[in-house]
Amino acid sequence: MKSLFQADNRVRDEHDNDSLTSGAQTIAHTGPFTDRAISLIPLIAGLAVTFAALILDFTGSKLSFRGGLLIAGVILFFIGLYLYPTKKHHRAIVNIIFLFPLLFCFVVTVIIPFGLGLFYSTTDWNGIRMTKFTGLGNYITMFKEQSFLWSLVLTVLFVIVNMVLVNVIGLSLAVLCTSKMKSVGFFRASFFIPNLIGGIVLGYIWQFIFNNVVLKWTFETFGYNSSMLSKYNTGFLAIIIVYIWQYAGYIMMIYITGLTTVPSDVIEASAIDGATAVQTFFRIKLPMIASTITVCTFLTLQSAFKQFDVNMALTNGTGSVTFLGQYLSNGTQMLALNIYNTAITKNNYSMGQAKAVLFFIILSIVSMLQVHISNKREVEM
Amino acid sequence: MVKKLTLSGILIRLVFFALAIYVLFPFFLVVINVFRTANDIVANPVSTAGMKFSNLSNNLKSVINNTNFSFWSAFGTSALVTFLSIALLALFGGMAAWVICRNKTKWSTFIYMVFIASMIIPFQVVMLPLISTFRDVGKFLGIGMLQTFHGIIFAYLGFGGAMTVFILTGFIKTVPFELEEAAAIDGCSPEGTYFKIILPLLKPPIVTVTILNGMWIWNDYLLPSLMLGHNGKVKTLPVAVQAFVGSYVKQWDLILTAAMLAIVPMIILFLFAQKQIMGGLVDGAIKS
Repeated sequence: MKSLFQADNRVRDEHDNDSLTSGAQTIAHTGPFTDRAISLIPLIAGLAVTFAALILDFTGSKLSFRGGLLIAGVILFFIGLYLYPTKKHHRAIVNIIFLFPLLFCFVVTVIIPFGLGLFYSTTDWNGIRMTKFTGLGNYITMFKEQSFLWSLVLTVLFVIVNMVLVNVIGLSLAVLCTSKMKSVGFFRASFFIPNLIGGIVLGYIWQFIFNNVVLKWTFETFGYNSSMLSKYNTGFLAIIIVYIWQYAGYIMMIYITGLTTVPSDVIEASAIDGATAVQTFFRIKLPMIASTITVCTFLTLQSAFKQFDVNMALTNGTGSVTFLGQYLSNGTQMLALNIYNTAITKNNYSMGQAKAVLFFIILSIVSMLQVHISNKREVEM
Repeated sequence: MVKKLTLSGILIRLVFFALAIYVLFPFFLVVINVFRTANDIVANPVSTAGMKFSNLSNNLKSVINNTNFSFWSAFGTSALVTFLSIALLALFGGMAAWVICRNKTKWSTFIYMVFIASMIIPFQVVMLPLISTFRDVGKFLGIGMLQTFHGIIFAYLGFGGAMTVFILTGFIKTVPFELEEAAAIDGCSPEGTYFKIILPLLKPPIVTVTILNGMWIWNDYLLPSLMLGHNGKVKTLPVAVQAFVGSYVKQWDLILTAAMLAIVPMIILFLFAQKQIMGGLVDGAIKS
């Protein structure tokens, strides 16, 4: 780290010397005033245009070109800044120009709304304005709401079931796909394909399958004439089936990458010692891909927890259930969909925001746990 | 020994085929049913009876010209938004990652830490304030951020930024600093060093982030549905499919045709860039 830092400084010095000489050359050609003038024109013009646009904004003008004016002003300002003839600060100016576009988008779309979100969750915000603080009121009401608690329970259940099933299936597929067989590439690709398609589209395709194909089949074999999606328990099962269908191929690919890193001499050594294929798998391969298992476990955990698209397209949360002595109509509604429906459908923005903050807290605990576990493993190794 | 091996070999193949059928069955259903009429589909969804090209062209015609779906416009929107977002993310992300990586100051470390920490933030927690901020700021500055192309691309730059910077920074760290020293000694400006020396070396991680961002943006539903709305002029493909299904409940011939139209571009792309897509998605998962 330190040597890098020194190297950095050294280069900067050398570079400064270098630009000094090249600066001297330009002076000889054009003169210092021309250079500065070329940069000052866009610099000042940019500032002026930006201020003009802002004045229009603050005076409540409705002129439609004021937005374009502002953008043009900012761009002009940066052009002027870039052209400014300085030996000392050129590197700093380039740094600012390089960092600005992405950082600006990031702050406006993530950081500011995140801060506002934390703030709004303690108010009676309705999506447009707020009138008063409610403190932790939203959080307290939220935990008294049976339908929310049900969503929470359902989500935890969904996460646990999927974490186990997706990983077991993904790993089994990976073992199958690393066996020496000719058409293995085709199978890998076909298991992976569902992962390419968005949850909304495949949710509707599976809705068709459950409401027509499966319904027809259950009716003909068992005389059971109602769709899997109409009941909360079978609907939940349906979401799990679709989720595994979509996700197992992806997890499989990560396990394949892990399995191929197991050195072949270790496997040969175990074969010489007389280990069976099953023993080799459980005693040698599995411990050696422990870090991959951690990655995949947390990947499924996070993605199952955030599940939204399939949930919405497949059942949209419907299905009646009795929970804590209360009749609920959102039998298959998971947390992400509950947040969406609270805010958008029921128009209760501050409550939806409070639920989202809880959602965030749970996810950050999970992430910290993940970092902790992988660090511990690295220390052990 | 030999006999046992072939037996297990056959067994594995059988398991493989069973699994492949389970995985590909939904696609098979879509493909056969777009050639059939609604009545045939309801009578027997898993059948090839009544498959005709005229049915397909009828289905396609009514779906593509449907005002709720307007396939070409939605496809164009999705393609444009995805393309511009991934291109700008690669450009700005690389620039930002390079500055963060090659400046060992307090500020650059802080910015990097904020980027990393923000990767935990789920979309749900920012979506509601995001929409209101975009609405209010857009109105104030006279730059419409909702229901516009530039608004949604701006949002994708913000949301994809952290992951892009994270992966690219990890790669730039492994690029020898001597290269930049040599360039500086030869009189190359810092921006020239980045674009002429570093950027060409960043090709592999840029392919990875581009695939990750592209898959996510193309398939994303929640952000465009909130920002663009279901009745707006600008609609991406997932939003259009949702709007279409909402207005044609149980019209499975049309819904499946719409689903097929939404799937086909992705499958075609996958056939051409199978290795890169699979590799890119796995790389991204392992690194983040």
